[in-house]
Amino acid sequence: MISRFQTILFCVLLAISIAMGAVLWHLRDRAHQRLVAGEDSAPTSAPEVAPAEQATLLVANDADNSMLAQVQSLPLPQDPGARARAILGRLLDLYAAPKATHPVPGGAASVGQVFLMPTQADSQSTGPEMAVVNLTSAFAASHPSGVETETLTLLSICGTLHANLPRVTQVRFLVDGRTRSTLAGHADLTRTYLAAEADNTEGQHP
Amino acid sequence: MVVLDAAHGGDDPGAKLSDGQPEKAFTLALSVRLRSLLGARGMQVITTRESDATIDLNRRAEIANHANAQACLSLHASETGTGIHLFVSSLSPAPPREGVRFLAWRTAQSAWVTRSVALAGVLNSVLLHAGLSVTLGRTALPAVDSMACPAVAIEVAPESAAAGAPGEPPAAPLNDPAYQARVAEALAAAMLEWRADAGRMEATQP
Repeated sequence: MISRFQTILFCVLLAISIAMGAVLWHLRDRAHQRLVAGEDSAPTSAPEVAPAEQATLLVANDADNSMLAQVQSLPLPQDPGARARAILGRLLDLYAAPKATHPVPGGAASVGQVFLMPTQADSQSTGPEMAVVNLTSAFAASHPSGVETETLTLLSICGTLHANLPRVTQVRFLVDGRTRSTLAGHADLTRTYLAAEADNTEGQHP
Repeated sequence: MVVLDAAHGGDDPGAKLSDGQPEKAFTLALSVRLRSLLGARGMQVITTRESDATIDLNRRAEIANHANAQACLSLHASETGTGIHLFVSSLSPAPPREGVRFLAWRTAQSAWVTRSVALAGVLNSVLLHAGLSVTLGRTALPAVDSMACPAVAIEVAPESAAAGAPGEPPAAPLNDPAYQARVAEALAAAMLEWRADAGRMEATQP
């Protein structure tokens, strides 16, 4: 026989659990909304007042599955995250241009944010970093499907980040702030990419 | 024993090829043709699908791992790039440890990467000998990364135009039956070569 006191206690605990679940769900939705709203407010290109600097872009080529370093001059903000975003924006602008060697629609607006964080909790400010690249779902939806093309996009992003921000040793990808299984049906987006992997990409040798 | 994994299928059409055919249909047709060629040459073949069925990526790796195969080929097709793209897992090679009976599911391929690179080398050599253009690379494909066998992802793209003629239409589109037959014959020849190599290695081992 369950006592009246235990029944009331159970009901109260159940009500509290449901209320906490609802609050957590609400907070999660709000956090996601904030992340998505940030894409609209964040600048899609570096402010023109910033001085032009040289950036190295690893530009993919579908014809021979290779990547070629290309130095470009562009205005770059001082904040490392915004800087990374501006550089990747230029890279994706090249891919969206007519007669691109690695055609991918979308351009600079395809990079929502780039977050930089230390790879170890106790690491110094000069230690290795992980870059979390938040891509837009429109970019993923319009990306050509294929092992080669998807791999080249991811590796050229990793290589470009590492070339300009040498402390970036690992890269993870999100799409609209969420994890996604593959970019366009092939390349794994759930794993952590090592920036050094991009250095090994050659046309003819594995 | 060879495992042929016709990528995609059912709800997952894969890439859309230029003639409107989905990638899943191309890979299934190639798998069926290759199975016949290998069967005629006395090789045992297991396929991950024989019809337009949805097969989970984990299930594909399960089939390959239960087969204890000499080679696992994941078949893909794309309109991007030219020729045959051969991809080996980008996982770091990990030598098999004595006494370890279980492998981490998502990185099972790491113990086989060295053999997979060797398999890609044999495929590259035979495909080139057959007059096909080949590019080699490393990638992260969830199904291949979970396979505990020498595994290569093969992506068939349109045959390249004549050398020195950039921008020219491909010498053979994906839907060219003669091109498909050449690719399948070359892959079958490569598997025979791989089996012979494996036999020679076993014979030389004490």
